[in-house]
Amino acid sequence: MSSFWLIVVVLAVMGFAYQFGATKSRKVARSGARLHSLPTHYGVLLALWCGVPALAVLLLFAVFEGNVIRAIVASGLPDEIRALPADQLSAILNRIHSIATGFGVAGEPETFEVQAAERMATLASIGLLARIAAMAVAAVLGLAFVLRRFGPQLRARNEVERGVQALLIFCSAVAIFTTVGIVLSMLSEAIRFFSFVHPFDFFFGTVWNPRFATVGAGGGGGYGLLPLLWGTVLISFIAMLVAVPVGLMTAIYMAEYASPHFRSFAKPVLEVLAGIPTIVYGFFALTVVGPFFASIGAMIGVEVRATSALTAGVVMGIMIIPFVSSLSDDIITQVPRSMRDGSLGLGATHSETIKRVVLPAALPGIVGAFLLAVSRAVGETMIVVLAAGNAPVLQINPLQAISTVTVTIVNQLTGDIDFTSPQSLVAFALGLTLFTITLGLNIVALYIVRKYREQYE
Amino acid sequence: MTVATDIAATGFESTDKVRASLARRHAAEKRFRLIGLVAILLGLGFVAILFASILAKGLPAFWQSNIRLTINLDPAIIKISPPPQQQEGQSNAAHQAELLAWRGELASLNWGRLIENALIAELPSDAAQRRRDVSRLVTSGERFKLRDLVAANPNLIGSTVDVDLLADANVDVWVKGNIDRTLPDAQLPLNPVQRNYVAVLQEKGLLVQRFASGLFVNVDSRSSLASAGLAGAFIGSLYMMLIVIVLAVPVGVAAAVYLEEFATKNRLTDLIEININNLAAVPSIVFGLLGAAVFINWLRLPLSAPLVGGLVLTLMTLPTIIIATRATLRAIPPSIRQAAIGLGASRVQTITHHLLPLAIPGILTGAIIGVAQALGETAPLLLIGMSAFVASVPVTPLDQSTALPVQIYLWQGNELRNFFEARTSAAIIVLLALMVMLNGLAIFLRRRFEKRW
Repeated sequence: MSSFWLIVVVLAVMGFAYQFGATKSRKVARSGARLHSLPTHYGVLLALWCGVPALAVLLLFAVFEGNVIRAIVASGLPDEIRALPADQLSAILNRIHSIATGFGVAGEPETFEVQAAERMATLASIGLLARIAAMAVAAVLGLAFVLRRFGPQLRARNEVERGVQALLIFCSAVAIFTTVGIVLSMLSEAIRFFSFVHPFDFFFGTVWNPRFATVGAGGGGGYGLLPLLWGTVLISFIAMLVAVPVGLMTAIYMAEYASPHFRSFAKPVLEVLAGIPTIVYGFFALTVVGPFFASIGAMIGVEVRATSALTAGVVMGIMIIPFVSSLSDDIITQVPRSMRDGSLGLGATHSETIKRVVLPAALPGIVGAFLLAVSRAVGETMIVVLAAGNAPVLQINPLQAISTVTVTIVNQLTGDIDFTSPQSLVAFALGLTLFTITLGLNIVALYIVRKYREQYE
Repeated sequence: MTVATDIAATGFESTDKVRASLARRHAAEKRFRLIGLVAILLGLGFVAILFASILAKGLPAFWQSNIRLTINLDPAIIKISPPPQQQEGQSNAAHQAELLAWRGELASLNWGRLIENALIAELPSDAAQRRRDVSRLVTSGERFKLRDLVAANPNLIGSTVDVDLLADANVDVWVKGNIDRTLPDAQLPLNPVQRNYVAVLQEKGLLVQRFASGLFVNVDSRSSLASAGLAGAFIGSLYMMLIVIVLAVPVGVAAAVYLEEFATKNRLTDLIEININNLAAVPSIVFGLLGAAVFINWLRLPLSAPLVGGLVLTLMTLPTIIIATRATLRAIPPSIRQAAIGLGASRVQTITHHLLPLAIPGILTGAIIGVAQALGETAPLLLIGMSAFVASVPVTPLDQSTALPVQIYLWQGNELRNFFEARTSAAIIVLLALMVMLNGLAIFLRRRFEKRW
């Protein structure tokens, strides 16, 4: 919580700096000089130069301090401990951390642990003092930088606005940082995973059975991606079988036939489907749809599992309907009026116009919408976790349980996360695969949709 | 002359052809239209079935079986000295320690015995020999209700009090008929003796259905299933929503303002736009992986903390807020900007004094929709450790916690299916109600304040 209070202090100091700057510039103005900017600009400039450097220092400390302290403590441990493999060393460091924070550990801590914990506690308090000192220095330097130039000639407004613009650019760049963060974090962890399991065994393996692979490091074909990928493909395919006809016909009816009154009622109701959390769909699949399919199966004498690819796929299809329909609706309404009129004027019926003129014209856009829907289906997690049955085997029967990439990510990373074993790290390799697939689908889809829009604009 | 008749003849011929096919074509037209209507009705039907099934399952769980008992706070069982008073000259710390010791003693008393005795008084005479069966009629957490009662008012010892105690989860299931009563004894959670007792209590009117306030004020529980509640998940979700609002809204609005008002068409802008569009379509679970790798593994933030969850959800909601804010800013006519700039305002002043105030309704709508979306998200939270059982209300955003959708996930997997299916549905109703309220607020703001230019 110390960071929180430091932030509060910085904000308070910024408030004072603002007041100080505004008052000081008013005094200058009263003495007869003509200010370049409004007094508030001087205040804001002072506050910015005081607060931003201090906050930047705080951020740097927050990011690096913990790992630096760990590294120092680790280097001071006895040699036989330092020779341990990375995961055990990391566990010991976590124990030391618990002792140092006063949280304690189960059982009697060993002597070297207690000593290391004391060192860690000392380092932490030194770190805190260093943090406060560095922040104070940064703030004072920032203030001095402005105050040295303070006077009616200081172009405060321009400087403030440049600062504001830099802040805005930084905020928009968060999107880039996030993407870079996703790619880098998953790549680095996935590369660590590939040091245990050969990429060939991962991408082309047909057996998913990670538990036994730990015996020999990297052991054999336990980490095969194909069964999971197949599950994802099968469930997405079933989902699209449900969502595409229903969604597309809904869009056509809404765009071409529905009266404004009906449209204003049905569209929001359908969009409710899009706003429902996926966990709710999962529960619905598990408790209603699954048993329903199973009882139908029992009635006609086919074995249908309650949690199966079919259940998960159908419910996922329901979830995607509004997505498909609203995207297609937009695209169909963008087809120019003149094309419809031409067709109708030549004597075609309304449905013939739709089938022969409107849909072919809208086809690229609709394909783009479908691709976006597929990427949704591929990345969907909670429905599949609850309703697909979690059986990572290669089999074609959609009436049986199956597993997907997303389900396996959840299974491998819930509970204790241990970033040194292949069982956890494989989640990042899977995530990278998933990210690549959805990224590819999205880029192609967005490209198609954009091209289509340009065509009729 | 012949040419003209030929044309006329072929013309008539094709007109006939067209006429002959008209009936078929009109039928096709009708069919097509019908298919469209059926598709919409299917969609609407799905909505109806989904809500109907969840309401049908969940609404009964808002009322829960209570057993009304007259409890004799027997001094023979509640053997405890009066609470320590602070003596003259005694330090506060010493008094606190004494008080704590007294509370500890109080907690170790056999409160369950009191409940058993009260039940036995109401049940047939053989109940006295079947304390085990009797004690399982009331859920175990209710002992603490009595303890808290006495801790608040020690003078009650020796008197009798009338209380409603939550019945055990299995009793609730049995009373509500959520279990197939024809199953063989071995598969029923209540044995014949207990079932008989339940019948006796029902007959005496002591088994009553009360509003399940525990669902809202209790935390999750594993030992006393009937009193498991959503309080911890509520606060966890609330913290995350606050973090999302505090971080995602300013950053998102700033990004949108930059892209709409400042950005010139260049490489950087293109890159940002592509990234935002992409992030909007990245599966949520990938954000969970990012959170696990960066916040948990690298920055060493605690597992299952609302702070980490809030950060992950912030990154996830940013694109929604950016896209909504951009649309709002784009809708503001250029004349406003031109007027402000013409009067000598700088660009920043134009934005802060004119554009942002005009855009507030749109920004709020986008922010609320983004927050509602974040409220329902489960998968990324599971990856940052939120699948753990947490039986406390988080005090700070760094404490362990669950969230509403995570609690739903945990409850649906509980072994006592008959009880938790209803309880999970009730939790879903609560979650959906919150989302409906948020979305309603967004619609209200849009209708009330939206300007049409």
